[in-house]
Amino acid sequence: MEYSLDEVIETVRMTLYHNFDIRTVTLGINLKDCIDPDIESFKSNVYDKVTEYGKRLVNEAGKIEDKYGIPIINKRISVTPVSLIVESCKEDAPIEIAKTLDMAARDANIDFIGGYGALVQKGMTRADSRLIDSLPEMLSGTERVCAFLNVGSTVSGMNMDAVIKLGNILKDIAGKTDNGIGCTKFAVFSNAPEDNPFMAGAFHGVGEPDFSLNIGISGPGVVRSVVEKNRDCDLTGLSEVIKRTAFKITRAGELIGRELASNMNVPFGIVDISLASTTKVGDSVAGIVEMMGIEKMGAPGSTAALALLIDAVKKGGAMASGNVGGLSGTFIPVSEDSGMNEAVRSGALSIEKLEALTAVCSVGLDMIAIPGDTPAETISAIIADELSIGVVNGKTTGVRLIPVPGKIAGDYVNFGGLLGETYVMDISKFSSRDFILRGGRMPSPITSMRN
Amino acid sequence: MPKDLVFITVIGKDQKGIIASISNAVFKHNINIEDLNQKVMDGYFVMTMLADMADSRASIGDIKKEFTEIEKQMDLKIQVQHENIFKAMHRV
Repeated sequence: MEYSLDEVIETVRMTLYHNFDIRTVTLGINLKDCIDPDIESFKSNVYDKVTEYGKRLVNEAGKIEDKYGIPIINKRISVTPVSLIVESCKEDAPIEIAKTLDMAARDANIDFIGGYGALVQKGMTRADSRLIDSLPEMLSGTERVCAFLNVGSTVSGMNMDAVIKLGNILKDIAGKTDNGIGCTKFAVFSNAPEDNPFMAGAFHGVGEPDFSLNIGISGPGVVRSVVEKNRDCDLTGLSEVIKRTAFKITRAGELIGRELASNMNVPFGIVDISLASTTKVGDSVAGIVEMMGIEKMGAPGSTAALALLIDAVKKGGAMASGNVGGLSGTFIPVSEDSGMNEAVRSGALSIEKLEALTAVCSVGLDMIAIPGDTPAETISAIIADELSIGVVNGKTTGVRLIPVPGKIAGDYVNFGGLLGETYVMDISKFSSRDFILRGGRMPSPITSMRN
Repeated sequence: MPKDLVFITVIGKDQKGIIASISNAVFKHNINIEDLNQKVMDGYFVMTMLADMADSRASIGDIKKEFTEIEKQMDLKIQVQHENIFKAMHRV
């Protein structure tokens, strides 16, 4: 036999016992060719294109799942940023398009569709502004549509006028939905990638072709199990074994992504090698860090451990695929990762430590519940802090905060399903108001001048 | 005709008739057994069978359905995976 028994069993065990799966296959669809001066024709073009390709995606992904025995958890769609395609339309066009996307996703059996957003890092057009103002209505009135905004970039700096708006917008969204759950479908970014397959922030960027099939692999459980098997090796050795594992799971993702794209007759885009945790016990990034020797995620040493982890994942992933892209960091969502949640509950992990963790590897402050009475300016300031890390360090950072109405620090919230459960985090009581309300644009950092 | 190879992996408690049941199901669908390996690992019976589906009309999905009953009756885990995934993960 060309493969040893051990090799075959290693692959089989990854899926059977360590939750290895393809977290998402996300088909990017260009909607610019759907634009029509007549809103009804516009909507029908969007509906037809999304449902046709959505159904094909679900069908073909099912066949690949069978062929390789690796579960594909989510089949999703990202579209051209909606603010761009409604520029010439009437006031209520963004909402009308969102409802169409929602219906198309439902009819094609797609659980989330991303792209209701705008790129406003340098300023807002009228359509951008209209779309931002519509977010509370959109997120409370649709089920499957996800929203994003890019408000900062290393080249342009940060649009603080947009950041000011966001504090109030997030509170509005939270007020209109149960437990503020609408906020879980909205991510704010700096340096947002145009080919990210993960929700809530996925959109089909303007530099993309008509279609692009992007894939997000997963495997915190697999990495945790190799760390567990290598209790005695030093950190150099540990990095090496993580690298090898990341290589293997990325290769599996690349194979599946390429074959799916080819079967659908669309271009293959990227493999996002982010370690994406789930609420399942053992499928946790915090669990990996703790297995490395940190008592609880958030304790001193956590930042270094996470830095080592993602560096090894990137090195293995880069060797495995020439198409690594998207976010390709580590996700450390609080509610969606049972280990992170436990670290918050036990008091080991604060929002300040979370911010530090995001500086070395992760993609941001994700799925964090904060007290419902947090002032809007404080929410804007948390967003500004996090996105500054991205702007200055030339990396993507994102924020997905949920100011849960009526809840205070320490309260428990359950968002249900994959969104998980969490404890409301404590936020500084000191004011940032006068700084935030200055508005304007934070200039781009000197490091952006590279030409 | 090019081969269409799949790995059938069985993990479970050692008992009589495992290989017989799997081989029987495979034979029914005109699938040829190319190679077979088995051992006891961490107290569990583990078997991998390399099989060629080129002459079979069945899909991997059909074979999996066939195995569902055996999994239940004999309390086993049976995985069927196309060979390409092993090539991708274990060969540079």
